[in-house]
Amino acid sequence: MKGLSDVYLQQLKTSLAAMLQYRASLVIWLIGNILEPLIYLVVWSTVSRSSGGSVGGFAEKDFAAYYIALLLVNQVTYTWVMYEFDYRVRQGTFSSALLHPVHPIHSDIADNISSKVVSFPFVLAAAAALSAIFHPAFRTTAVTVAFFIPALALAFLVRFLVEWTAALAAFWTTRVNAINQIYFISALFLSGQIAPLSLLPPPLRVVAMFLPFRWTIGFPIELILGRLTRAQILTGLAVQVVWLLAALALLRILWRASVRKYSAVGA
Amino acid sequence: METGPTIRVRDLKKIFVVSRREAGIREALASLVHRRMEEIPAVDGISFDLAAGEIVGFLGPNGAGKTTTLKMLSGLLYPTSGELSVLSHVPWKREKSFLRQITLVMGQRNQLVWDIPAADSFELNRAIYHIPSADYRQILEELTGLLELGPLLSKPVRNLSLGERMKCEIAVALLHRPSVVFLDEPTIGLDVTMQRRIRSFITEYNRRYGATVLLTSHYMADVEALCKRVIVIHHGKLLFDGELAALVHRFTAHKTIAVQLRDCDADLSVYGEVISCEDGRATLRVPKSETARVTERLLVDLPVIDLTVEDPPIEEVIERVFAQEAV
Repeated sequence: MKGLSDVYLQQLKTSLAAMLQYRASLVIWLIGNILEPLIYLVVWSTVSRSSGGSVGGFAEKDFAAYYIALLLVNQVTYTWVMYEFDYRVRQGTFSSALLHPVHPIHSDIADNISSKVVSFPFVLAAAAALSAIFHPAFRTTAVTVAFFIPALALAFLVRFLVEWTAALAAFWTTRVNAINQIYFISALFLSGQIAPLSLLPPPLRVVAMFLPFRWTIGFPIELILGRLTRAQILTGLAVQVVWLLAALALLRILWRASVRKYSAVGA
Repeated sequence: METGPTIRVRDLKKIFVVSRREAGIREALASLVHRRMEEIPAVDGISFDLAAGEIVGFLGPNGAGKTTTLKMLSGLLYPTSGELSVLSHVPWKREKSFLRQITLVMGQRNQLVWDIPAADSFELNRAIYHIPSADYRQILEELTGLLELGPLLSKPVRNLSLGERMKCEIAVALLHRPSVVFLDEPTIGLDVTMQRRIRSFITEYNRRYGATVLLTSHYMADVEALCKRVIVIHHGKLLFDGELAALVHRFTAHKTIAVQLRDCDADLSVYGEVISCEDGRATLRVPKSETARVTERLLVDLPVIDLTVEDPPIEEVIERVFAQEAV
Protein backbone atom coordinates (compact mmCIF):
# COMPACT_ATOMS: atom_id res chain seq x y z
CA MET A 1 0.00 0.00 0.00
CA LYS A 2 2.87 2.31 0.84
CA GLY A 3 4.40 1.46 -2.51
CA LEU A 4 1.19 2.30 -4.32
CA SER A 5 0.80 5.67 -2.60
CA ASP A 6 4.34 6.47 -3.71
CA VAL A 7 3.32 5.65 -7.30
CA TYR A 8 0.32 7.98 -6.94
CA LEU A 9 2.45 10.76 -5.51
CA GLN A 10 5.06 10.52 -8.27
CA GLN A 11 2.44 10.22 -10.99
CA LEU A 12 0.72 13.30 -9.61
CA LYS A 13 3.97 15.25 -9.75
CA THR A 14 4.77 13.98 -13.24
CA SER A 15 1.34 14.80 -14.61
CA LEU A 16 1.36 18.23 -13.00
CA ALA A 17 4.75 19.02 -14.48
CA ALA A 18 3.65 17.80 -17.91
CA MET A 19 0.37 19.72 -17.77
CA LEU A 20 1.94 22.99 -16.78
CA GLN A 21 3.98 22.78 -19.98
CA TYR A 22 0.78 23.35 -21.88
CA ARG A 23 -0.88 26.29 -20.18
CA ALA A 24 -2.60 27.49 -23.34
CA SER A 25 -4.32 24.18 -24.06
CA LEU A 26 -5.30 24.00 -20.40
CA VAL A 27 -7.09 27.33 -20.74
CA ILE A 28 -8.86 26.35 -23.97
CA TRP A 29 -10.00 23.11 -22.45
CA LEU A 30 -11.22 24.92 -19.33
CA ILE A 31 -13.25 27.35 -21.41
CA GLY A 32 -14.93 24.38 -23.14
CA ASN A 33 -15.76 22.77 -19.80
CA ILE A 34 -17.33 25.96 -18.52
CA LEU A 35 -19.17 26.84 -21.72
CA GLU A 36 -21.11 23.58 -21.97
CA PRO A 37 -23.12 23.92 -18.75
CA LEU A 38 -23.42 27.66 -19.37
CA ILE A 39 -25.17 26.98 -22.69
CA TYR A 40 -27.65 24.55 -21.08
CA LEU A 41 -28.21 27.06 -18.31
CA VAL A 42 -29.05 29.88 -20.70
CA VAL A 43 -31.30 27.67 -22.83
CA TRP A 44 -33.27 26.31 -19.89
CA SER A 45 -33.58 29.72 -18.23
CA THR A 46 -35.08 31.06 -21.43
CA VAL A 47 -37.46 28.11 -21.72
CA SER A 48 -38.49 28.51 -18.12
CA ARG A 49 -39.11 32.24 -18.52
CA SER A 50 -41.16 31.78 -21.68
CA SER A 51 -43.34 29.11 -20.08
CA GLY A 52 -44.41 31.18 -17.16
CA GLY A 53 -41.42 30.99 -14.82
CA SER A 54 -41.13 27.26 -14.27
CA VAL A 55 -40.59 23.98 -16.16
CA GLY A 56 -41.26 20.68 -14.39
CA GLY A 57 -40.67 22.22 -11.00
CA PHE A 58 -37.54 24.07 -12.06
CA ALA A 59 -37.67 27.86 -11.88
CA GLU A 60 -34.97 29.99 -13.48
CA LYS A 61 -32.93 30.09 -10.28
CA ASP A 62 -33.23 26.31 -9.92
CA PHE A 63 -31.78 25.81 -13.38
CA ALA A 64 -28.98 28.18 -12.44
CA ALA A 65 -28.24 26.11 -9.34
CA TYR A 66 -28.54 22.85 -11.30
CA TYR A 67 -26.05 23.84 -13.98
CA ILE A 68 -23.58 25.48 -11.62
CA ALA A 69 -23.63 22.23 -9.64
CA LEU A 70 -23.22 20.32 -12.92
CA LEU A 71 -20.16 22.39 -13.72
CA LEU A 72 -18.57 21.35 -10.43
CA VAL A 73 -19.70 17.72 -10.43
CA ASN A 74 -18.70 17.15 -14.04
CA GLN A 75 -15.37 18.77 -13.32
CA VAL A 76 -14.69 16.29 -10.53
CA THR A 77 -15.92 13.17 -12.29
CA TYR A 78 -15.09 13.46 -15.95
CA THR A 79 -12.37 11.38 -17.64
CA TRP A 80 -10.69 11.24 -21.03
CA VAL A 81 -9.50 7.65 -20.92
CA MET A 82 -11.82 6.54 -23.73
CA TYR A 83 -10.06 8.84 -26.18
CA GLU A 84 -6.67 8.01 -24.82
CA PHE A 85 -6.96 4.22 -25.03
CA ASP A 86 -7.54 4.25 -28.75
CA TYR A 87 -4.30 6.14 -29.24
CA ARG A 88 -2.40 3.94 -26.82
CA VAL A 89 -3.40 0.69 -28.44
CA ARG A 90 -2.82 1.92 -31.97
CA GLN A 91 0.54 3.49 -31.17
CA GLY A 92 1.65 0.51 -29.12
CA THR A 93 2.41 2.69 -26.11
CA PHE A 94 0.47 0.25 -24.00
CA SER A 95 3.36 -2.19 -24.11
CA SER A 96 5.30 0.06 -21.80
CA ALA A 97 2.58 0.06 -19.18
CA LEU A 98 2.12 -3.71 -19.46
CA LEU A 99 5.73 -4.31 -18.50
CA HIS A 100 5.45 -2.26 -15.34
CA PRO A 101 4.77 -4.17 -12.13
CA VAL A 102 1.79 -1.89 -11.36
CA HIS A 103 -1.71 -1.97 -12.85
CA PRO A 104 -1.92 0.87 -15.40
CA ILE A 105 -5.24 2.14 -14.00
CA HIS A 106 -3.38 3.64 -11.05
CA SER A 107 -1.35 6.05 -13.13
CA ASP A 108 -4.52 7.02 -15.02
CA ILE A 109 -6.37 7.82 -11.79
CA ALA A 110 -3.44 9.86 -10.49
CA ASP A 111 -3.14 11.64 -13.83
CA ASN A 112 -6.85 12.46 -13.74
CA ILE A 113 -6.65 13.81 -10.21
CA SER A 114 -3.63 15.98 -10.93
CA SER A 115 -5.41 17.56 -13.87
CA LYS A 116 -8.37 18.34 -11.63
CA VAL A 117 -6.13 19.84 -8.98
CA VAL A 118 -4.83 22.34 -11.51
CA SER A 119 -8.16 23.23 -13.05
CA PHE A 120 -10.38 23.18 -9.97
CA PRO A 121 -9.61 26.70 -8.70
CA PHE A 122 -10.54 28.09 -12.12
CA VAL A 123 -13.78 26.11 -12.27
CA LEU A 124 -14.59 27.24 -8.76
CA ALA A 125 -14.00 30.85 -9.77
CA ALA A 126 -16.22 30.33 -12.82
CA ALA A 127 -18.93 28.86 -10.57
CA ALA A 128 -18.70 31.88 -8.28
CA ALA A 129 -18.98 34.26 -11.22
CA LEU A 130 -21.99 32.40 -12.63
CA SER A 131 -23.61 32.50 -9.18
CA ALA A 132 -23.17 36.26 -9.05
CA ILE A 133 -24.84 36.61 -12.44
CA PHE A 134 -27.66 34.03 -12.26
CA HIS A 135 -28.54 34.02 -8.52
CA PRO A 136 -28.98 30.25 -8.13
CA ALA A 137 -31.36 28.85 -5.53
CA PHE A 138 -29.38 26.28 -3.54
CA ARG A 139 -31.32 24.63 -0.75
CA THR A 140 -28.14 23.10 0.61
CA THR A 141 -27.81 22.17 4.27
CA ALA A 142 -24.98 20.77 6.35
CA VAL A 143 -26.62 17.35 6.11
CA THR A 144 -26.77 17.41 2.30
CA VAL A 145 -23.13 18.46 2.18
CA ALA A 146 -22.24 15.55 4.46
CA PHE A 147 -23.96 13.15 2.05
CA PHE A 148 -22.71 14.97 -1.02
CA ILE A 149 -19.03 14.31 -0.30
CA PRO A 150 -19.22 10.49 -0.36
CA ALA A 151 -21.71 10.67 -3.25
CA LEU A 152 -19.26 12.76 -5.28
CA ALA A 153 -16.34 10.46 -4.45
CA LEU A 154 -18.40 7.43 -5.48
CA ALA A 155 -19.55 9.22 -8.63
CA PHE A 156 -15.92 9.85 -9.55
CA LEU A 157 -14.92 6.23 -8.94
CA VAL A 158 -17.93 4.75 -10.74
CA ARG A 159 -17.47 7.01 -13.76
CA PHE A 160 -13.76 6.33 -13.85
CA LEU A 161 -14.13 2.56 -13.64
CA VAL A 162 -17.02 2.41 -16.10
CA GLU A 163 -15.23 4.55 -18.67
CA TRP A 164 -11.92 2.77 -18.15
CA THR A 165 -13.71 -0.54 -18.72
CA ALA A 166 -15.53 0.81 -21.79
CA ALA A 167 -12.21 2.10 -23.07
CA LEU A 168 -10.96 -1.49 -23.19
CA ALA A 169 -13.00 -1.79 -26.39
CA ALA A 170 -9.93 -0.31 -28.06
CA PHE A 171 -8.28 -3.70 -27.69
CA TRP A 172 -11.03 -5.41 -29.67
CA THR A 173 -11.97 -3.08 -32.45
CA THR A 174 -10.53 -0.26 -34.47
CA ARG A 175 -13.97 1.42 -34.54
CA VAL A 176 -13.60 2.85 -31.08
CA ASN A 177 -14.83 6.26 -32.14
CA ALA A 178 -18.27 4.85 -32.93
CA ILE A 179 -18.47 3.21 -29.53
CA ASN A 180 -17.31 6.39 -27.81
CA GLN A 181 -19.96 8.33 -29.71
CA ILE A 182 -22.76 6.02 -28.55
CA TYR A 183 -21.47 6.21 -25.02
CA PHE A 184 -21.26 9.99 -24.92
CA ILE A 185 -24.67 10.54 -26.50
CA SER A 186 -26.24 8.14 -23.98
CA ALA A 187 -24.41 9.87 -21.15
CA LEU A 188 -25.48 13.29 -22.37
CA PHE A 189 -29.16 12.38 -22.07
CA LEU A 190 -29.21 9.82 -19.28
CA SER A 191 -26.80 11.41 -16.83
CA GLY A 192 -28.75 14.63 -16.44
CA GLN A 193 -26.47 16.87 -18.45
CA ILE A 194 -28.68 18.05 -21.25
CA ALA A 195 -31.66 18.33 -18.89
CA PRO A 196 -32.43 17.42 -15.29
CA LEU A 197 -33.66 13.82 -15.33
CA SER A 198 -37.04 14.75 -13.86
CA LEU A 199 -37.78 16.59 -17.13
CA LEU A 200 -37.24 13.47 -19.23
CA PRO A 201 -40.17 11.32 -20.38
CA PRO A 202 -40.95 8.63 -17.76
CA PRO A 203 -39.64 5.65 -19.82
CA LEU A 204 -36.26 7.35 -20.19
CA ARG A 205 -36.21 8.11 -16.49
CA VAL A 206 -36.65 4.40 -15.77
CA VAL A 207 -33.84 3.54 -18.18
CA ALA A 208 -31.65 6.10 -16.47
CA MET A 209 -32.28 4.43 -13.11
CA PHE A 210 -30.72 1.21 -14.36
CA LEU A 211 -27.72 2.63 -16.15
CA PRO A 212 -24.64 4.04 -14.49
CA PHE A 213 -24.77 7.55 -16.01
CA ARG A 214 -27.25 9.10 -13.60
CA TRP A 215 -25.26 7.92 -10.59
CA THR A 216 -22.14 9.66 -11.83
CA ILE A 217 -23.67 13.11 -12.45
CA GLY A 218 -27.40 13.61 -11.91
CA PHE A 219 -27.57 12.03 -8.48
CA PRO A 220 -24.90 14.13 -6.74
CA ILE A 221 -26.32 17.30 -8.34
CA GLU A 222 -29.87 16.60 -7.16
CA LEU A 223 -28.45 15.76 -3.76
CA ILE A 224 -26.54 19.01 -3.29
CA LEU A 225 -29.52 21.02 -4.55
CA GLY A 226 -31.58 19.55 -1.73
CA ARG A 227 -34.09 17.95 -4.11
CA LEU A 228 -33.83 14.43 -2.66
CA THR A 229 -35.44 12.88 0.41
CA ARG A 230 -33.28 11.10 2.96
CA ALA A 231 -34.53 7.74 1.62
CA GLN A 232 -33.66 8.71 -1.94
CA ILE A 233 -30.19 9.77 -0.84
CA LEU A 234 -29.50 6.49 0.96
CA THR A 235 -30.85 4.45 -1.93
CA GLY A 236 -28.69 6.46 -4.33
CA LEU A 237 -25.56 5.87 -2.30
CA ALA A 238 -26.36 2.16 -2.18
CA VAL A 239 -26.82 2.07 -5.97
CA GLN A 240 -23.49 3.82 -6.41
CA VAL A 241 -21.79 1.20 -4.25
CA VAL A 242 -23.40 -1.58 -6.28
CA TRP A 243 -22.20 0.04 -9.50
CA LEU A 244 -18.74 0.45 -8.06
CA LEU A 245 -18.51 -3.24 -7.21
CA ALA A 246 -20.02 -4.29 -10.52
CA ALA A 247 -17.64 -2.06 -12.46
CA LEU A 248 -14.66 -3.38 -10.50
CA ALA A 249 -15.64 -6.98 -11.21
CA LEU A 250 -16.28 -6.28 -14.89
CA LEU A 251 -13.03 -4.37 -15.22
CA ARG A 252 -11.09 -7.27 -13.74
CA ILE A 253 -12.57 -9.77 -16.14
CA LEU A 254 -12.41 -7.60 -19.24
CA TRP A 255 -8.91 -6.36 -18.46
CA ARG A 256 -7.60 -9.91 -18.40
CA ALA A 257 -9.39 -10.86 -21.57
CA SER A 258 -8.29 -7.68 -23.32
CA VAL A 259 -4.66 -8.14 -22.42
CA ARG A 260 -4.81 -11.74 -23.54
CA LYS A 261 -6.23 -10.58 -26.84
CA TYR A 262 -3.60 -7.85 -27.14
CA SER A 263 -0.79 -10.27 -26.48
CA ALA A 264 -2.21 -12.82 -28.91
CA VAL A 265 -2.46 -10.58 -31.94
CA GLY A 266 0.67 -8.56 -31.44
CA ALA A 267 1.55 -5.82 -29.07
CA MET B 1 18.28 -20.49 -6.21
CA GLU B 2 18.39 -20.65 -9.97
CA THR B 3 19.18 -24.08 -11.22
CA GLY B 4 18.49 -24.31 -14.94
CA PRO B 5 19.37 -21.72 -17.57
CA THR B 6 18.21 -18.14 -17.06
CA ILE B 7 16.32 -18.25 -20.33
CA ARG B 8 14.99 -21.48 -21.71
CA VAL B 9 13.20 -21.64 -25.04
CA ARG B 10 11.91 -24.88 -26.54
CA ASP B 11 10.21 -25.18 -29.89
CA LEU B 12 8.74 -21.71 -29.52
CA LYS B 13 6.16 -20.70 -32.10
CA LYS B 14 4.16 -17.58 -32.74
CA ILE B 15 1.67 -17.68 -35.56
CA PHE B 16 -0.20 -14.49 -36.41
CA VAL B 17 -3.54 -14.82 -38.15
CA VAL B 18 -4.10 -11.87 -40.46
CA SER B 19 -6.77 -11.12 -43.00
CA ARG B 20 -5.44 -10.95 -46.50
CA ARG B 21 -6.86 -8.96 -49.34
CA GLU B 22 -5.65 -8.03 -52.77
CA ALA B 23 -5.78 -4.42 -53.84
CA GLY B 24 -8.84 -3.20 -55.74
CA ILE B 25 -12.48 -2.43 -55.15
CA ARG B 26 -13.74 -5.87 -56.16
CA GLU B 27 -11.48 -7.50 -53.61
CA ALA B 28 -12.50 -4.95 -51.01
CA LEU B 29 -16.17 -5.84 -51.51
CA ALA B 30 -15.44 -9.56 -51.53
CA SER B 31 -13.61 -9.23 -48.24
CA LEU B 32 -16.75 -7.82 -46.65
CA VAL B 33 -18.47 -11.15 -47.19
CA HIS B 34 -15.65 -13.56 -46.93
CA ARG B 35 -12.46 -12.61 -45.25
CA ARG B 36 -9.53 -14.72 -46.27
CA MET B 37 -7.42 -15.40 -43.24
CA GLU B 38 -3.80 -16.24 -43.53
CA GLU B 39 -1.44 -17.71 -40.97
CA ILE B 40 1.90 -16.02 -40.72
CA PRO B 41 4.45 -17.96 -38.71
CA ALA B 42 6.55 -15.14 -37.25
CA VAL B 43 8.51 -17.50 -35.03
CA ASP B 44 8.53 -21.08 -36.20
CA GLY B 45 9.85 -23.49 -33.64
CA ILE B 46 13.05 -22.11 -32.20
CA SER B 47 14.96 -23.46 -29.20
CA PHE B 48 17.86 -22.06 -27.24
CA ASP B 49 19.15 -21.48 -23.72
CA LEU B 50 20.88 -18.50 -22.19
CA ALA B 51 23.00 -18.92 -19.10
CA ALA B 52 23.12 -16.24 -16.41
CA GLY B 53 25.44 -13.40 -17.31
CA GLU B 54 25.70 -14.14 -21.03
CA ILE B 55 25.53 -11.44 -23.69
CA VAL B 56 24.07 -12.94 -26.82
CA GLY B 57 23.48 -11.28 -30.17
CA PHE B 58 20.19 -12.08 -31.81
CA LEU B 59 20.57 -11.64 -35.55
CA GLY B 60 18.32 -11.82 -38.54
CA PRO B 61 17.04 -9.64 -41.35
CA ASN B 62 13.93 -7.48 -40.93
CA GLY B 63 10.89 -9.64 -40.33
CA ALA B 64 12.92 -12.63 -39.19
CA GLY B 65 11.04 -12.84 -35.90
CA LYS B 66 13.56 -11.20 -33.58
CA THR B 67 11.25 -8.60 -32.07
CA THR B 68 8.41 -11.13 -31.81
CA THR B 69 10.72 -13.41 -29.85
CA LEU B 70 11.86 -10.59 -27.56
CA LYS B 71 8.22 -9.68 -26.93
CA MET B 72 7.42 -13.28 -26.00
CA LEU B 73 10.44 -13.43 -23.71
CA SER B 74 9.46 -10.22 -21.93
CA GLY B 75 5.81 -11.25 -21.60
CA LEU B 76 4.16 -8.90 -24.07
CA LEU B 77 3.18 -11.66 -26.46
CA TYR B 78 1.51 -14.94 -25.79
CA PRO B 79 3.24 -17.79 -27.63
CA THR B 80 1.20 -19.99 -29.96
CA SER B 81 3.06 -23.05 -28.74
CA GLY B 82 6.28 -24.19 -27.20
CA GLU B 83 7.94 -23.82 -23.85
CA LEU B 84 9.35 -20.64 -22.47
CA SER B 85 10.85 -19.75 -19.14
CA VAL B 86 12.76 -16.68 -18.04
CA LEU B 87 14.19 -16.64 -14.51
CA SER B 88 11.92 -19.64 -13.85
CA HIS B 89 8.86 -17.54 -14.67
CA VAL B 90 6.40 -17.95 -17.49
CA PRO B 91 6.76 -14.53 -19.12
CA TRP B 92 3.20 -14.00 -20.41
CA LYS B 93 1.81 -14.28 -16.89
CA ARG B 94 3.68 -11.04 -16.20
CA GLU B 95 3.94 -11.68 -12.48
CA LYS B 96 5.19 -8.65 -10.61
CA SER B 97 8.18 -10.54 -9.30
CA PHE B 98 9.10 -11.32 -12.91
CA LEU B 99 8.56 -7.82 -14.27
CA ARG B 100 10.77 -6.38 -11.54
CA GLN B 101 13.69 -8.46 -12.77
CA ILE B 102 13.58 -7.79 -16.48
CA THR B 103 13.60 -4.91 -18.90
CA LEU B 104 12.91 -4.43 -22.58
CA VAL B 105 14.37 -1.51 -24.45
CA MET B 106 13.03 -0.97 -27.91
CA GLY B 107 12.66 1.91 -30.30
CA GLN B 108 8.92 2.33 -29.97
CA ARG B 109 8.76 1.70 -26.28
CA ASN B 110 9.26 5.11 -24.77
CA GLN B 111 9.12 5.29 -21.03
CA LEU B 112 10.17 8.90 -20.76
CA VAL B 113 7.43 11.49 -20.57
CA TRP B 114 7.98 13.79 -23.52
CA ASP B 115 7.31 17.16 -21.94
CA ILE B 116 9.19 16.97 -18.69
CA PRO B 117 12.82 16.42 -17.70
CA ALA B 118 14.01 12.82 -17.74
CA ALA B 119 14.80 13.10 -14.03
CA ASP B 120 11.04 13.26 -13.31
CA SER B 121 10.38 10.13 -15.33
CA PHE B 122 13.19 8.45 -13.43
CA GLU B 123 11.46 9.31 -10.14
CA LEU B 124 8.23 7.83 -11.46
CA ASN B 125 9.98 4.57 -12.32
CA ARG B 126 11.60 4.55 -8.89
CA ALA B 127 8.10 4.52 -7.40
CA ILE B 128 6.72 2.00 -9.90
CA TYR B 129 9.51 -0.47 -9.20
CA HIS B 130 9.62 0.20 -5.42
CA ILE B 131 13.31 1.02 -5.57
CA PRO B 132 14.54 1.89 -2.06
CA SER B 133 15.89 5.44 -1.91
CA ALA B 134 19.45 4.47 -1.05
CA ASP B 135 19.66 1.97 -3.92
CA TYR B 136 18.06 4.48 -6.25
CA ARG B 137 20.61 7.18 -5.48
CA GLN B 138 23.44 4.73 -5.99
CA ILE B 139 22.23 3.33 -9.31
CA LEU B 140 21.30 6.76 -10.59
CA GLU B 141 24.79 7.97 -9.79
CA GLU B 142 26.31 4.98 -11.55
CA LEU B 143 24.15 5.30 -14.63
CA THR B 144 24.76 9.04 -14.78
CA GLY B 145 28.49 8.38 -14.70
CA LEU B 146 28.54 5.53 -17.20
CA LEU B 147 26.23 7.16 -19.72
CA GLU B 148 27.32 10.75 -19.03
CA LEU B 149 23.77 11.82 -18.34
CA GLY B 150 24.63 14.71 -16.01
CA PRO B 151 23.40 17.76 -17.91
CA LEU B 152 20.67 15.84 -19.79
CA LEU B 153 18.53 14.90 -16.84
CA SER B 154 17.18 18.36 -16.18
CA LYS B 155 16.19 19.13 -19.79
CA PRO B 156 12.71 18.36 -21.10
CA VAL B 157 12.93 15.11 -23.05
CA ARG B 158 11.60 16.72 -26.23
CA ASN B 159 14.67 18.98 -26.29
CA LEU B 160 17.11 16.07 -26.27
CA SER B 161 18.80 14.74 -29.39
CA LEU B 162 18.02 11.19 -30.53
CA GLY B 163 21.22 9.86 -29.00
CA GLU B 164 20.73 11.71 -25.74
CA ARG B 165 17.19 10.43 -25.52
CA MET B 166 18.30 6.86 -26.18
CA LYS B 167 20.82 7.11 -23.35
CA CYS B 168 18.08 8.32 -21.02
CA GLU B 169 15.71 5.58 -22.24
CA ILE B 170 18.33 2.95 -21.50
CA ALA B 171 18.97 4.45 -18.07
CA VAL B 172 15.30 4.60 -17.10
CA ALA B 173 14.88 1.00 -18.21
CA LEU B 174 17.73 -0.12 -15.97
CA LEU B 175 16.98 1.82 -12.78
CA HIS B 176 15.52 -1.26 -11.15
CA ARG B 177 18.71 -3.16 -11.96
CA PRO B 178 17.09 -5.93 -13.99
CA SER B 179 19.01 -9.17 -14.16
CA VAL B 180 17.64 -9.95 -17.62
CA VAL B 181 17.91 -7.25 -20.27
CA PHE B 182 16.32 -7.38 -23.72
CA LEU B 183 17.62 -4.76 -26.10
CA ASP B 184 16.01 -4.29 -29.49
CA GLU B 185 18.26 -2.17 -31.71
CA PRO B 186 19.67 -0.06 -28.88
CA THR B 187 22.01 1.85 -31.18
CA ILE B 188 19.80 2.41 -34.21
CA GLY B 189 20.10 5.85 -35.74
CA LEU B 190 22.95 6.89 -33.45
CA ASP B 191 26.30 8.25 -34.55
CA VAL B 192 29.43 6.16 -34.19
CA THR B 193 30.62 7.82 -30.98
CA MET B 194 27.26 7.34 -29.31
CA GLN B 195 27.07 3.74 -30.53
CA ARG B 196 30.45 3.10 -28.95
CA ARG B 197 29.40 4.70 -25.68
CA ILE B 198 26.28 2.56 -25.48
CA ARG B 199 28.23 -0.54 -26.37
CA SER B 200 30.78 0.00 -23.61
CA PHE B 201 27.94 0.76 -21.25
CA ILE B 202 26.24 -2.56 -21.99
CA THR B 203 29.51 -4.38 -21.38
CA GLU B 204 29.98 -2.56 -18.11
CA TYR B 205 26.42 -3.17 -16.94
CA ASN B 206 26.78 -6.86 -17.71
CA ARG B 207 30.12 -7.02 -15.87
CA ARG B 208 28.93 -5.17 -12.77
CA TYR B 209 25.60 -6.85 -12.25
CA GLY B 210 26.09 -10.17 -14.00
CA ALA B 211 23.00 -9.40 -16.07
CA THR B 212 21.94 -11.67 -18.89
CA VAL B 213 21.64 -9.65 -22.11
CA LEU B 214 19.94 -10.60 -25.36
CA LEU B 215 20.26 -7.92 -28.00
CA THR B 216 19.36 -7.41 -31.61
CA SER B 217 21.24 -5.02 -33.80
CA HIS B 218 21.76 -4.25 -37.43
CA TYR B 219 25.19 -2.90 -36.65
CA MET B 220 27.67 -5.72 -36.78
CA ALA B 221 30.11 -3.57 -34.85
CA ASP B 222 27.72 -3.91 -31.88
CA VAL B 223 27.65 -7.65 -32.21
CA GLU B 224 31.39 -8.01 -32.65
CA ALA B 225 32.13 -5.80 -29.68
CA LEU B 226 29.57 -7.28 -27.31
CA CYS B 227 28.70 -10.85 -28.16
CA LYS B 228 30.82 -13.93 -28.07
CA ARG B 229 27.77 -15.91 -28.96
CA VAL B 230 25.17 -15.22 -31.60
CA ILE B 231 21.81 -16.72 -32.47
CA VAL B 232 20.74 -16.25 -36.06
CA ILE B 233 17.14 -16.59 -37.16
CA HIS B 234 15.52 -16.19 -40.54
CA HIS B 235 11.88 -16.67 -41.50
CA GLY B 236 11.24 -17.57 -37.88
CA LYS B 237 13.64 -20.51 -37.91
CA LEU B 238 16.93 -20.88 -36.13
CA LEU B 239 19.84 -20.90 -38.55
CA PHE B 240 22.79 -20.80 -36.22
CA ASP B 241 23.53 -20.77 -32.51
CA GLY B 242 27.11 -20.61 -31.40
CA GLU B 243 30.25 -18.53 -31.18
CA LEU B 244 30.57 -15.62 -33.52
CA ALA B 245 33.95 -16.95 -34.61
CA ALA B 246 32.38 -20.28 -35.52
CA LEU B 247 29.71 -18.51 -37.55
CA VAL B 248 32.38 -16.72 -39.51
CA HIS B 249 34.29 -19.94 -39.95
CA ARG B 250 31.30 -21.91 -41.06
CA PHE B 251 29.93 -19.42 -43.51
CA THR B 252 33.04 -18.12 -45.13
CA ALA B 253 34.58 -20.17 -47.82
CA HIS B 254 36.91 -17.28 -48.64
CA LYS B 255 39.48 -15.06 -47.07
CA THR B 256 40.59 -11.64 -48.12
CA ILE B 257 44.26 -10.98 -48.85
CA ALA B 258 45.34 -7.37 -48.91
CA VAL B 259 48.72 -6.78 -50.55
CA GLN B 260 50.67 -3.57 -50.89
CA LEU B 261 52.67 -3.55 -54.13
CA ARG B 262 54.51 -0.79 -55.89
CA ASP B 263 51.87 -0.57 -58.66
CA CYS B 264 48.98 -2.47 -60.17
CA ASP B 265 50.79 -3.55 -63.32
CA ALA B 266 51.09 -7.25 -62.49
CA ASP B 267 48.20 -9.54 -63.46
CA LEU B 268 46.80 -10.54 -60.10
CA SER B 269 43.87 -12.53 -61.40
CA VAL B 270 46.00 -15.67 -61.52
CA TYR B 271 46.13 -15.58 -57.70
CA GLY B 272 42.47 -15.07 -56.95
CA GLU B 273 39.50 -12.84 -57.56
CA VAL B 274 40.69 -9.24 -57.68
CA ILE B 275 38.26 -7.09 -55.73
CA SER B 276 40.19 -3.88 -56.13
CA CYS B 277 43.60 -2.48 -56.92
CA GLU B 278 44.50 1.12 -56.47
CA ASP B 279 47.93 2.72 -56.15
CA GLY B 280 49.40 -0.71 -55.74
CA ARG B 281 47.06 -1.67 -52.91
CA ALA B 282 45.25 -4.80 -54.02
CA THR B 283 42.50 -6.80 -52.37
CA LEU B 284 42.08 -10.41 -53.42
CA ARG B 285 39.49 -12.95 -52.53
CA VAL B 286 40.70 -16.52 -52.35
CA PRO B 287 39.16 -19.82 -51.25
CA LYS B 288 39.95 -20.44 -47.61
CA SER B 289 41.83 -23.66 -48.34
CA GLU B 290 44.05 -21.86 -50.84
CA THR B 291 45.02 -19.02 -48.53
CA ALA B 292 48.40 -20.35 -47.43
CA ARG B 293 49.43 -21.38 -50.93
CA VAL B 294 48.37 -18.10 -52.56
CA THR B 295 50.08 -16.06 -49.87
CA GLU B 296 53.28 -17.94 -50.39
CA ARG B 297 53.13 -17.49 -54.17
CA LEU B 298 52.41 -13.79 -53.87
CA LEU B 299 55.42 -13.33 -51.63
CA VAL B 300 57.67 -15.30 -53.97
CA ASP B 301 56.39 -13.87 -57.28
CA LEU B 302 55.89 -10.20 -56.49
CA PRO B 303 57.71 -7.38 -54.76
CA VAL B 304 55.33 -7.33 -51.81
CA ILE B 305 55.72 -4.45 -49.36
CA ASP B 306 53.01 -5.55 -46.98
CA LEU B 307 50.47 -8.38 -46.82
CA THR B 308 47.56 -9.17 -44.52
CA VAL B 309 45.06 -12.01 -44.48
CA GLU B 310 41.61 -11.24 -43.14
CA ASP B 311 38.21 -12.78 -42.72
CA PRO B 312 35.62 -11.00 -44.79
CA PRO B 313 33.65 -8.33 -42.93
CA ILE B 314 30.98 -9.76 -40.68
CA GLU B 315 28.23 -8.06 -42.68
CA GLU B 316 29.25 -10.13 -45.65
CA VAL B 317 29.17 -13.29 -43.58
CA ILE B 318 25.71 -12.56 -42.29
CA GLU B 319 24.49 -11.81 -45.77
CA ARG B 320 25.79 -15.17 -46.84
CA VAL B 321 24.06 -16.89 -43.94
CA PHE B 322 20.72 -15.45 -44.97
CA ALA B 323 21.36 -16.27 -48.61
CA GLN B 324 22.18 -19.91 -47.93
CA GLU B 325 19.58 -20.48 -45.30
CA ALA B 326 20.23 -24.22 -45.18
CA VAL B 327 22.81 -25.07 -42.57
